[in-house]
Amino acid sequence: MNLTLLILFPLLTAVIILLARNAQLVRWAALTGSILQLVLAFFLLVAFRKERTAGNVAQMLFELKYNWFPAWHISFHLGVDGISVAMVLLTAFVVIAGVLMSWNVTKMTKEFYFLLILLSLGAYGFFISLDCFILFFFLEIAVIPKYLLIGIWGSGKKEYAANKLALMLMGGSALVLVGLLGLYFGGPEKTFDLLALSKSTIPVVVQQICFPLLFVGFGVFTALFPFHTWVPDGHSAAPTAGSMFLAGISMKLGGYGCLRVATYIMPEGAKEYANIIIALSAIAILYGAFATMMQKDLKYINAYSSVSHCGFVLLGIGMLTKTAMVGAVMQMVSHGLMTALFFAVIGMIYERTHTRQVNEMGGLLKVMPFISTVLFIVGLCSLGLPGLSGFVAEMTILVGSWEHTDMFHRIATIAAGMSIVVTAVYILRAIGQVAMGPLKAGFDNLGDAAWNEKLAAIILIADIVAIGIAPSWLNELIGPAAEIIMDKLAGR
Amino acid sequence: MLNDFLILMKSELVITFIIFLLLFIKVGTEIKNERLLPIVQFLLLINFITGFLFNYEGTLFGALFITSAMTAFQKSILSLGIYLISLLFADWLKKSEHMPEFFILLLSAVLGMFFMISSGSLLMFFLSLELSTIPVAAMANLDLDKKVSSEAAMKMILSSAFSSGILLFGISLMYGATGTINFAEIPALLDGSPLQVLAFIFLFTAFAFKLSIVPFHLWTADVYEGAPIAVSAVLSVVSKGSIAFILISVLYKVFAPMHGLWYNMVMLLSVVTMIIGNLFALRQQNIKRFLAYSSIAQVGFILVGLSANSIAGLSSVVYFVLIYTFSNLAAFGVAAVISQQTGKERIDDYKGLYQTNPFISWILALALFSLAGIPPTAGFFGKLFLITAGASKGNYFFITVAALNMVVSLYYYLRVVRAVFMDKNEQPVEKINLGPSTKLGFLICGAGIVLTGLMSWVYDYIMALI
Repeated sequence: MNLTLLILFPLLTAVIILLARNAQLVRWAALTGSILQLVLAFFLLVAFRKERTAGNVAQMLFELKYNWFPAWHISFHLGVDGISVAMVLLTAFVVIAGVLMSWNVTKMTKEFYFLLILLSLGAYGFFISLDCFILFFFLEIAVIPKYLLIGIWGSGKKEYAANKLALMLMGGSALVLVGLLGLYFGGPEKTFDLLALSKSTIPVVVQQICFPLLFVGFGVFTALFPFHTWVPDGHSAAPTAGSMFLAGISMKLGGYGCLRVATYIMPEGAKEYANIIIALSAIAILYGAFATMMQKDLKYINAYSSVSHCGFVLLGIGMLTKTAMVGAVMQMVSHGLMTALFFAVIGMIYERTHTRQVNEMGGLLKVMPFISTVLFIVGLCSLGLPGLSGFVAEMTILVGSWEHTDMFHRIATIAAGMSIVVTAVYILRAIGQVAMGPLKAGFDNLGDAAWNEKLAAIILIADIVAIGIAPSWLNELIGPAAEIIMDKLAGR
Repeated sequence: MLNDFLILMKSELVITFIIFLLLFIKVGTEIKNERLLPIVQFLLLINFITGFLFNYEGTLFGALFITSAMTAFQKSILSLGIYLISLLFADWLKKSEHMPEFFILLLSAVLGMFFMISSGSLLMFFLSLELSTIPVAAMANLDLDKKVSSEAAMKMILSSAFSSGILLFGISLMYGATGTINFAEIPALLDGSPLQVLAFIFLFTAFAFKLSIVPFHLWTADVYEGAPIAVSAVLSVVSKGSIAFILISVLYKVFAPMHGLWYNMVMLLSVVTMIIGNLFALRQQNIKRFLAYSSIAQVGFILVGLSANSIAGLSSVVYFVLIYTFSNLAAFGVAAVISQQTGKERIDDYKGLYQTNPFISWILALALFSLAGIPPTAGFFGKLFLITAGASKGNYFFITVAALNMVVSLYYYLRVVRAVFMDKNEQPVEKINLGPSTKLGFLICGAGIVLTGLMSWVYDYIMALI
């Protein structure tokens, strides 16, 4: 399978959207484009599994290399392993749901969909690129669409939030840039190629400098503890699809970068700083959970709980065991789907009640049964109910963390585990207030979900349940790829 | 000999030919601006195209004049710049009473720049620098009925006279220290004696004045603000580009033995220039002053690549100037059409621009993203290559400062984007009618901004010239 298709499809979709005459055509073009992209992603999954079962054990499949800037040894190098395939699938699902959820956007529809597709283009490119230069290129492509999406279509303190997000993310990518240049000039050969870098031995001094730069740089994207402050503002100000993309896709760029670039290329650096990462992510998990308890706004609730859940991703990476690493990737997929669904539900509720304050709502189950049911499902997934994806992912991470027997790791693991209780408190309280109890006045005539909203919710719920009930297929996908990273960490 | 003369100096001769043609037209006929402008645009296009034909290496007049594939390409970038200026500012030029003078002065300045890029000795360099400066100062005064315009011209002529004095002082010190003013002979005679270092510092100061490197930048914002926008565009793109080209060949060829000395100097100035340029740009209200400070910060970035003293440094600077030509001219072009038709020049006036003028809003956004270095615009590649070239010395502090400055600069570029796309305005700028040539100019700039980076052969082409 030719991987450039994964980039070309969104590009074509974006061009068609620009050429489309009216808003209806724009919507259908975006939907068709994202459905085709999902088909392509499934095709990728099938082709990938076929190759693996046929005994192809190459680290990266469907590799493709084209010299882009030969003078700088930059090549347009694409390839996928199990982790990339999982992330591409996640992106395709979230994009479809996001496109469906924005069906009612009337303000500058064309520009809105164009930016959504451009953002997804950046994510697809990021997950399949094997050259750090183009990886960085796609990472930055995804920043400006977020800025415009929040700033133009957002609500509340949107300009402030958009600015904060763009500047913090660009600050993160500036650190990434310096780290990559350090690898380029500090390594034995001048190259940005990920595989070449991983095969060469980077001097330990360079690793000690570049690892924190790259990890913190990518960490900003995925709400690493002191750099998480853009998350609540950005998510709450963004339009529904914007929040879905932001939490579902964009935050995963950072986790993927931490794993694939920082940890994989620089194992010595990872070992050196592992304890700091664990401490910071344990703080993020607990802090995020407690901060959520104090929130009154549904979007803020989900945004702070995203900080907590994404802390699990970094915790899994920092533990440096295979199980935890698999769990980290699972958590990225699971949290991506779950949080996208959560924001979608919040969007649906807000569109009807015109409020996001928890204490102004009540008894919505009576007037909108479908939406409330989805809210229940996503809430239960968030608090880690067995049978849904959140449980699988967080359990795997905690089990992986328990493999370390020393006091420090135990404390971090227990702290992280305790957050699940806190999660249960705030989720159940919020859902109970919103869906149960007597119906608040003025909400009598509200309608239930429309076809597009139902479709979006069903698509995402199906994935969450599929992962929750049968996690083994995801495990099989991620396992071998994590094994390679672990081999590199063990010096094999 | 005559053949050599004709072929090696063909770019200069073409420019001279156009100058005389315009002079005759101005003196001899009563032709209207509307009729004359397309002719001038056509001639400038011819000039741009001939830049790629019949390029040979060689020297003239006892190595006073040097030409090579690289200098020819650098001249082509400048030719492209003036061609785009003739397109983008067409609406303003048509209404101007002094259009022939504008082009005569502009082309004289460009002639000086061409000689400057090709100069092979300090004497030739000094003469051509003067030729490239004085006409621009006269151009700054073209808005004859505005006081600020004459003020700008006065400021510019005074500061250039000052820097010329410093330059002459440096040249004479250099002559005293080495006994020659020939570029080819100086490197062998450099031994790092204090007199030579002093001479170098004086020479570099003159460059710093022209490039508006901090702390020699004080004239820039005032001149940009007072002069007509087209002239500010010439100053910030064509003029700066030519100085950057000659600076790089002087540093890399003539002062290569003193690299250890000037590396630290360039690094320090680069850091200061980026930071000061960015900090001052944060608070500007006038779009021209804003672009002035942003172009100061961009020069700081050029110095990052320049500090490398390597092939990568040379190629990335030339590449960046090409991209900068497209991006900055597009930004100035948008400022010009708005100022021309509504007289509005404040960033606050741009609020809600997207509602009435989507096309120029997108062009402005593209240009600003390219200046900020956001992919997929070419500015991303330009800045990244400059930083990569600068990083080759392993000075991570320097590179981190440069990378963080990209973030700061993003803040103020986004300020304009925010005004254009997000802020609400009761009375936005009305619908602006673009002439066909202005539109063509914007389209060329837009295509240049998007394609110069993604099409990697442009960079390969520049590498092949070295």
